[in-house]
Amino acid sequence: MTREREAGRQEKSIRKKEVAKAYERYTEQFTPRPRYLMNSLKAFMVGGLICMAAMWLENRFTAAGLSQKEASAYVVIILIMLAQLLTGLGWFDTIGRFAGAGVIVPITGFANSMVAPALEYKKEGLVLGVGAKLFSVAGPVLVTGITLSVIIGIVYRFTGL
Amino acid sequence: MEYLYAFLTGGAICVIGQIMMDATKLTAPRVLVILVTAGAVLQAFQLYQPLVDLAGAGARVPLPGFGYNLAKGAMEGAEEGLLQAVTGGVEAAAGGISAAIGWGYIISMVFNPRSVR
Repeated sequence: MTREREAGRQEKSIRKKEVAKAYERYTEQFTPRPRYLMNSLKAFMVGGLICMAAMWLENRFTAAGLSQKEASAYVVIILIMLAQLLTGLGWFDTIGRFAGAGVIVPITGFANSMVAPALEYKKEGLVLGVGAKLFSVAGPVLVTGITLSVIIGIVYRFTGL
Repeated sequence: MEYLYAFLTGGAICVIGQIMMDATKLTAPRVLVILVTAGAVLQAFQLYQPLVDLAGAGARVPLPGFGYNLAKGAMEGAEEGLLQAVTGGVEAAAGGISAAIGWGYIISMVFNPRSVR
């Protein structure tokens, strides 16, 4: 009796999977294919312009007497603050819809990925809403990045490459 | 000339990210993680440094530059001691991380979510 029921359940789950697959094939007909060339061109132009502006700003800072390291740190901080302000104002999404990876791949995308979910979950409070959601995307990035840096540092220390 | 290199390099890295998002089913957070990892691993083998020397901000501002910064800080720290090898990466990226957290928190408290236009 139980064996029959088990077999029936298995059959049902197999049928469910088939239905899901068929549905996926069905929806594929209607999903618009991404416009690779156009998207890439937009990303290239916007991303390139951001980097060029950053370079210009960096040169102004070094000309004012800051070291290369300080200048590039200031530029990164300014880009992050600007991107987060635009996110707060709601303009970043509008720009992002046009530029795609052009604003996501530069450090501006990292800055946006912190504020956007934090704002969205603001209702859940300042600790578990804003405080936690600031890291819903940035967390994984920081965890992998910092873990790698620790591993690289220790390996370099002991192998003396 | 350095502006041209910054434009071309920064743009090219963004195109790589765009193609990753369009051609594969990777979501944006995964793309970010992959790019940072790529920058850190490349720099671990000293392969990202030439790109930074050539393009300056064009290589430092995109996310692989963040990974590069972490890896480079760790490698410089490793020459001084074990503690510096562990702290060097975060120290090098501390400016950006602190600004992103502090300013991000303030912005999130000041502004309210609005409907997407």
